[in-house]
Amino acid sequence: MANEAIKEIAGQDYKWGFNSVIESDVVPAGLNEDVIRMISAKKVEPEWLLEWRLKAYRHWLTMKEPHWANIHYAPIDYQAIRYYAAPKKKTSIKSMDEVDPEIRATFEKLGISLQEQERLSGIAVDAVLDSVSVATTFKDKLKEVGVIFCSFSEAVREHPELIRQYLGTVVPQKDNFYAALNSAVFTDGSFCYIPKGVRCPMELSTYFRINASETGQFERTLIVAEEGAYVSYLEGCTAPMRDENQLHAAVVELVALDNAQIKYSTIQNWYPGDKNGKGGIYNFVTKRGLCKGVNSKISWTQVETGSSITWKYPSCILKGDNSVGEFYSVALANNYQQADTGTKMIHVGKNTKSTIVSKGISAGHGQNSYRGMVKILQGATGARNYSQCDSLLMSETCGAHTFPNIEVNDTSAQMEHEATTSKISDDQLFYCKSRGLSAEDAVSMIVNGFCKQVFKELPMEFAVEAQKLLSVSLEGAVG
Amino acid sequence: MLEIKNLQASVGDKPILKGITLSIKKGEVHAIMGPNGSGKSTLANVLAGREGYTVTGGEAHLDSKNLFDLTPEQRAGEGVFLAFQYPVEIPGVTNNYFMKSALNAVRKYRGQPELDAMDFLKLIKEKAKTVEMPEPMLSRFVNDGFSGGEKKRNEILQMAVLEPKLCILDETDSGLDIDALQIVSKGINALRSPERGFIVVTHYQRLLNYVKPDYVHVLSGGRIVKSGGKELALELEQKGYSWLEPAKAAV
Repeated sequence: MANEAIKEIAGQDYKWGFNSVIESDVVPAGLNEDVIRMISAKKVEPEWLLEWRLKAYRHWLTMKEPHWANIHYAPIDYQAIRYYAAPKKKTSIKSMDEVDPEIRATFEKLGISLQEQERLSGIAVDAVLDSVSVATTFKDKLKEVGVIFCSFSEAVREHPELIRQYLGTVVPQKDNFYAALNSAVFTDGSFCYIPKGVRCPMELSTYFRINASETGQFERTLIVAEEGAYVSYLEGCTAPMRDENQLHAAVVELVALDNAQIKYSTIQNWYPGDKNGKGGIYNFVTKRGLCKGVNSKISWTQVETGSSITWKYPSCILKGDNSVGEFYSVALANNYQQADTGTKMIHVGKNTKSTIVSKGISAGHGQNSYRGMVKILQGATGARNYSQCDSLLMSETCGAHTFPNIEVNDTSAQMEHEATTSKISDDQLFYCKSRGLSAEDAVSMIVNGFCKQVFKELPMEFAVEAQKLLSVSLEGAVG
Repeated sequence: MLEIKNLQASVGDKPILKGITLSIKKGEVHAIMGPNGSGKSTLANVLAGREGYTVTGGEAHLDSKNLFDLTPEQRAGEGVFLAFQYPVEIPGVTNNYFMKSALNAVRKYRGQPELDAMDFLKLIKEKAKTVEMPEPMLSRFVNDGFSGGEKKRNEILQMAVLEPKLCILDETDSGLDIDALQIVSKGINALRSPERGFIVVTHYQRLLNYVKPDYVHVLSGGRIVKSGGKELALELEQKGYSWLEPAKAAV
């Protein structure tokens, strides 16, 4: 019974598969130095940044696509991808009224009407549609306290010294295959700078949305929190139906100086492909935070329900003494989705602490892997780590895999690791049903209960959205 | 209120219930006793609609509704409540949230307005007192880390919240020490009403010292082999079941 109900529930279609008609300004498919020069020229970038891109590209040419992850897919033809697309009707936008009505309609379908957001929720939205930022709200309010929150391109123009100082300092150009590719061709993204001692007065939120067909998305995000600063950053995304696989290779870099705190939350709902595993986004992302200063803290929370393939390990380098790294994750792999996700916690400073809580849900033919690395360097005295990896299996054909790696080079370290694997049992389902709950509500309740530890780390409104998303991803017509 | 006619049910290919006929009127408490494997728990589970049991014949009507036409959640809406022998744990879901969702689901089914958080909180606090459940337990995860006694009290609390017409208690006394048994019995007695019927499935007489039944039925080999008043339970306590078992009686 449990299996049948779950099978039906898990057989839910992707609800947000619509496609807006917006004229795109696209570069022909393929990648070479001319394409990179063209991207850089279109964005009117300084010479140093073009050189930076070219250096990354030249190195990328010598690199091999990684295949150590527990994911399987047909070879990607990097020459078949178009590396740049921008909505045509762009110029500097001063108010929401100037935003393309089509784009606004898209946001409304997503339930994030900017006007609503602006008026009601107090969240500043830097909306990335395809690769160019369309509108940024609340900028003035942030300006008052000295917070910079803008598109990456704008930051390159307006704050080149900051970009130059921090770009690539956490994820170097040569870090890995996808990071190198991103460094060469990134088109836009977000930049956020919190000055010394400032607590950012609102949650900063960016909604991403892939829009042009066959366009790889190469976002680049950089967040810098100066001494004693605090910021909570939210990133959420949904994407329209697509038959071709789309490559998404973003890079996110976080830098926290002395006593600074960065909380980075993600809800990822890219198109996961259809029931037979056709289509869907390849989400190959490099996210890393550097706790550079003493007592700094970086916290990653992610809810990954979308993408056909996820390859993602938001990590922390705990360099400052007493710094803290956290990783809270819910990853759902339904139908033929494959997720290989986890984190790296690199303890460098003294008395550094890290916490890892990973919840993997597998349904249909989904394959979910947790891959983690906790590394205690020599001299990182008093380091502590707590890791917990739980897997929930919802079908006979899905899989849960755990690859925890622990490397301890300092005898004073304290490590804890817990792991569980469970199923939604017939007994649990019947118990709920005998109390009047439908199978659908019961499954949703049990799954949300399983994810509780992670959801409570999300900002309130995001937590509600995450629960809804998880229910929707698993809901269906249950008799 | 509940009319069971010639009910037959099997688990897999194995027939367990071989023709049960039982009539329960509003306000009555019927105890179902019998040896292990006689079909007591099967009867409880079949009435509540658990998967894995196949009804092969007969019917069971709760007022005008044939229970076997309804899903378990519809039966709950109609007023069937099964207190589990082994209550299930649901980690991450608080007791409060679980009961509020359940109550609102059955209220919706019954065409009653749903309760908001404040009204529910008031209700649950009041009901919790009847089973001597401390308030912090309401915020704990459903049955997660509960002792045997706490789990059973939690069942009775849910019963009190959902206000069923037909309460089925499946060996609610098993695994209870005497103090817990008294609390649970008190909770059950508080729910006795002229509008509500009870089926109390139990192995032992001791629960019936506290929850006094109107009728006692002995189930053996899938049939009711003897019915009587509460004195029958005392007789069983002295003589055991063997004298009633059809196979043995024939020997």
